[in-house]
Amino acid sequence: MSDPSAAAVGEEAVVQLTVDGSAVAARPGELIIEAAERAGVYIPRFCYHPHMEQVGMCRMCLVEVSGPRGFSLQPACFTRVAEGQEILTRSEPARKAQEGVLEFLLLNHPLDCPVCDKGGECPLQDQALSHGPGESRFLEEKRHWAKPIEIGPLVYLDRERCIQCARCTRFAEEIAGEAQIDFFGRGDHIEVAPFPTAPFGSYFSGNTVQICPVGALTSPAYRFKARPWDLEQVETTCTTCSVGCRMAAQSSAGSLVRNLGVDCVPVNQSWLCDKGRYGFEAVASPARLTEPRVRRGGDLEPASWHEAIGELAAGTRQARSRGDGAAIGVLGGARLSNEDAYAWSKLARGVLGTDSLDAQLGDGLPAELVLGLPRATIEEACSARVVLLLAGDLREELPVLYIRLRAAAKSGVALVDCSPVPTSLAPLARVRLRCRPGEAAQLVAALVSAAVVPAAAAGAGVAEIAAARALLAGGAGEDPAGQRAPGTGAGRGDGVVVVLGRQSTGESAAAAAVSAGLLHDALPGARFLPALRRGNVLGALDMGLSPGVLPGRVALEQGRAWYAHAWGAELPGARGRDAEGMLRAAAAGELAMLVLLGADPLEDFPDRRLAQEALESVPFLVSIGTHADASSDLADVVLPVAGDAERPGTTTNLEGRVSRLAQKVVPPGQAWPAWVVASELARRLGADLGFDSVDGITDEIARLAPAYRGLDSVLLASQAARDGVVAPLPPTPVALRGLAVPGSIDPMATPGITSVEEQGAPMRVGAAEAPAGERLGEAARSGVASREPSVARPAVLGAPARGQPSSPERLDAYSHRLVVRRRLYDRGTLVATCPSLAPLAAPTELAVHPAELASLGLRSGDRARVRSARGEAVVPVVADEALDRGVVVMTSGVGEAVSELLDASAAVNDVRLETPS
Amino acid sequence: MITSAAPIVSRRVRQEDSHTFERYLETGGYEGLRAALAMAPEEVHEEVNKASLLGRGGAGFPAGRKWSMLRKSPTTYLVVNGDESEPATFKDRLLIEHDPHQIIEGAVIAAYAIGARQAFIFCRGEFALGLERLQQACNEAYAHGALGSRILGSEFSVDLVVHPGAGAYICGEETALLESLEGKRGFPRIKPPYFPAAIGLYGEPTVVNNVETVSNLPWIVLHGGAAFAALGQGSSAGTRLFALSGRVERPGWYELEMSKTAFRDLIYDPSLGGGIRGGAELKAFIPGGVSAPWFGPEHLGLGLDQDVVGAAGSMLGSGSVVVMDETSCAVRAAWRISRFFWRESCGQCTPCREGSGWIEKMLRRIELGGGREEDLDVLMDACDNIAPGVSWPPRQTTICVLGPSIPSSVASGIRMFRDEFLLHVKDGRCPYGTSSEGARR
Repeated sequence: MSDPSAAAVGEEAVVQLTVDGSAVAARPGELIIEAAERAGVYIPRFCYHPHMEQVGMCRMCLVEVSGPRGFSLQPACFTRVAEGQEILTRSEPARKAQEGVLEFLLLNHPLDCPVCDKGGECPLQDQALSHGPGESRFLEEKRHWAKPIEIGPLVYLDRERCIQCARCTRFAEEIAGEAQIDFFGRGDHIEVAPFPTAPFGSYFSGNTVQICPVGALTSPAYRFKARPWDLEQVETTCTTCSVGCRMAAQSSAGSLVRNLGVDCVPVNQSWLCDKGRYGFEAVASPARLTEPRVRRGGDLEPASWHEAIGELAAGTRQARSRGDGAAIGVLGGARLSNEDAYAWSKLARGVLGTDSLDAQLGDGLPAELVLGLPRATIEEACSARVVLLLAGDLREELPVLYIRLRAAAKSGVALVDCSPVPTSLAPLARVRLRCRPGEAAQLVAALVSAAVVPAAAAGAGVAEIAAARALLAGGAGEDPAGQRAPGTGAGRGDGVVVVLGRQSTGESAAAAAVSAGLLHDALPGARFLPALRRGNVLGALDMGLSPGVLPGRVALEQGRAWYAHAWGAELPGARGRDAEGMLRAAAAGELAMLVLLGADPLEDFPDRRLAQEALESVPFLVSIGTHADASSDLADVVLPVAGDAERPGTTTNLEGRVSRLAQKVVPPGQAWPAWVVASELARRLGADLGFDSVDGITDEIARLAPAYRGLDSVLLASQAARDGVVAPLPPTPVALRGLAVPGSIDPMATPGITSVEEQGAPMRVGAAEAPAGERLGEAARSGVASREPSVARPAVLGAPARGQPSSPERLDAYSHRLVVRRRLYDRGTLVATCPSLAPLAAPTELAVHPAELASLGLRSGDRARVRSARGEAVVPVVADEALDRGVVVMTSGVGEAVSELLDASAAVNDVRLETPS
Repeated sequence: MITSAAPIVSRRVRQEDSHTFERYLETGGYEGLRAALAMAPEEVHEEVNKASLLGRGGAGFPAGRKWSMLRKSPTTYLVVNGDESEPATFKDRLLIEHDPHQIIEGAVIAAYAIGARQAFIFCRGEFALGLERLQQACNEAYAHGALGSRILGSEFSVDLVVHPGAGAYICGEETALLESLEGKRGFPRIKPPYFPAAIGLYGEPTVVNNVETVSNLPWIVLHGGAAFAALGQGSSAGTRLFALSGRVERPGWYELEMSKTAFRDLIYDPSLGGGIRGGAELKAFIPGGVSAPWFGPEHLGLGLDQDVVGAAGSMLGSGSVVVMDETSCAVRAAWRISRFFWRESCGQCTPCREGSGWIEKMLRRIELGGGREEDLDVLMDACDNIAPGVSWPPRQTTICVLGPSIPSSVASGIRMFRDEFLLHVKDGRCPYGTSSEGARR
């Protein structure tokens, strides 16, 4: 490494120094440990973590640094580079200090490596070998603690192994924002401890296990399950929610045993939420479907694939005989890969002849809106001027987006939190706007209006609205007299990112849709991050699993000719039904066949009564999924498919980032990938979808789907696309950002991940419009038949027209407006089938302002009868003084209570509270 | 030589009611503050510069220079360090319990000079009487108009909070003290960049002065910095409180003119230490608190002078002199001192957290008869890994100076009394006999 250019950092490099005699160029203000690492010099460390504030306390990284008074030992993780500095990392004083620290660290360490989960991937082991003295001179008795102790439901602590690096306590406080663990005691009796009254119950607790540099923190899910040298690993994307965290899925003896967060800088920066981390337990659940089942004489009975597909084809023919394909509905698909979703989209439109597809279950946003709005990336949100939060509680719905935005707010990004009830990000928000449930659009109208702030618009205060307006317009004081030309710069909404989701499933999506339209109109520079929760929901929408939308973010009208030509099939002429429309049609006897693609409307659709009626009324119900659930119990044909870590493919996150799903284990029993089911059904119906491999589907998507143009299997498998690639690719070629340190992984940042997955040769660039004569990726796959249509490529969707806010009816004096919120640990299939997570699902409760609770004669913990126009339920109540009066909050996804009450079509849902008789 | 210099900070404390507001006013109390408020802040600062007032907390940094290093900021804090917690150090306790008003007056003068509007006295929590008297004095000063807004009719205002420590020696380290004052765990901060003068309390520039340091300020303002500098010699100006303990006839505190008085005077003069108890021979003494390297009889002639002691390889430190005689066991002395540092290590840095316990255990084993000859080398090398070179002034692998405080007594004991250590090993017992505390930890 004598060539300084080898360690250059690009155009901004200005500080020149030497590390062990070699010239190194560093960024001003960079830490020595980072500059040295880029130059290929590894300095040992324990407390340092690249995504946390440095504390310099373990002293492992002591190196000799030149200064005005000669060389002195300084912590490389805390000392910043300076011009002309000389760094000696292996001089005699540095080596002795490092060996001394390692000997000290091992004095009280139990050295129970043979029975320690960390043994074999332990930074303490590794660095004791690489930088330690070799043997200990310690004769005394070691410190003893009871081991292990449970400090939280998902974390065990062995205090004897702890080296007091404070990574876990700092993570909890700094990254998760939940200082539920901290040091207790002093000196060599210091211990990590939760508070005596509360366990370490953070949604992010598993990250502390991942970053623990010794075996002090372990998780019940992995404890004693495997040894590191027996682990096999693939890099894949978590599809528990739509954030799309990159992770390493690890297996031992053919079973998944652990997920570790991969340091994907633009997305999850090595963090995972516990639901994503431990969700792998659902893969091996006894509730998995392992064989096709067909209803015979009232009972679901095992069948061969041949029989089952035959039943399915026969049922389909019968359904089609009732007119055309419009009597067929396909519901769900948000847990499929993009390839599976594309196959089903192609099957439904090209073979079945229906446009009634919907990956969202009445709890999302209109697809045209989501696909048409200018999209933001997470990085853009985290470096935005203003982030306007128009969504539910992100900590419950999109946990890692929550910690990214938390960090952004701490670093100065102004959050404007607009919500009917307090959210987890509200304490960090610059402005908190409280809107009445269902009236977010009125509030947004006041925000973007030029008129005098109306008194208490939609429930928010005048001062707060004025403050939010100033922020959106470019900050108070910047343009006091309105001198800025309208429609330019900050006034256009440049630097504004809107996180757009459903604030409450107790209200229709109209408020969010109208709000988005108003914002896009007034602030054309603003970008949107859709806060849709389900795993690959955005990939499913991109693949056309929504009525009126074809693969690649194209409207049915615009893309019909293109796809008809490309697929060689007639496409449905009219827009189909959405989820609610399908269920209503089924309930009314107008639907002949309903296919559930990994969907469980009985649990997931907000209006359970409607779902129940629909599933009981539809003549032919097909459930295609990974797990048995309440809905599949009603089906006529049940087909098992491969799920997470069981099939390759791609997925698309809320940014539109397309990344690879990798297979690590084989699907259980006879499960097939969902695209194979689609292909086989098509074949049995006399059609050919033309698929022979997953890569083939990926390449067809890249060739045909406008927003995915160029995103072929070769590009996505390349080293440069390791973090995923945001669709659509820019029209002109740009260098894709690859790894910061190509080919190397800091085992200290992510212990357990020691190698980069082999992903083929590095790609140079990606581009939507390839240079003449060569189409990216396709050159390498010339064997694939190219059926590029001769008709004009359709344009992707644009922003939808704006609507007008409409006021919900006024509440009467006895009613409460119901806000329905999600919880991370719900009663969904994933949580219910994970032994680690299932006990954490909280029961339904209704939060009410304490004064209103008192007027009913109720106290927290009592039960109340809740009555809506739709139904009633008896639920426990809890006082919450942060709520406005007249607003009650119920948690969804935890059993029947909420869905008994909701009318899915109502703009808002009002309820009355009574004491149960 | 014992000079006739009159005591400064301890001039009231022999009076029974020295801590009372009435006695303080009768003996010229708050006159220094009145005089200071009639001067410009810069003039007060200049007098302190002229006085060559060295910090009395241990490091001995000139107070005036410390004030000059403040980063310019609209907000500046003054913190008075009264967290005196080290074995054998008991001079601040005297001032806190017997002359609290003098501390408050000095604090207000310092706050005026540096432009602080908020001051704190961080007082060791175990000083129950001292805390009571400090708080009482604080209340009286507010009532008297010597604290609060428009002090003594001037334009200057400052508020003062008496903050009790929570029982950790480390919080006497100024950056740990600031952490504790902010409500956090008392972990020292890394310097650079966290020099209090640049990034101190709540991130603002902060002066941390010792109780005895600020207690000198009323006298300096009233009599002028030159009068203070006329006492002592060189940079070691003025008088200083010394805490004398160990095997002497008359242990206690003595305020002496710096530099001119020698250790021999302090230990042997009948008006001071009165000689070794029972007429025994002096074996060794610690010149400046238990973190200082030890001196032998050959050092008795050295003056109580910061530079002289420093040049001889130790420090005047906190002004605590501990005397060992021929019946004192060097191993036991080193063990007891290292036990203190082991128990008080905050646990932040590995070398101090783990090294202190290891050294304590090894010394205990040697004292109790289980030592090996090679333990001496291991002890010295463990010390070297905390304070590379085991030299003076020390270098350190730790964030704060608690780390390099550990090796001082260990290395002194081994270097000065190696034979005694080896005798423990050879005989498998302590040649001085086991005391009841031998097995206790």
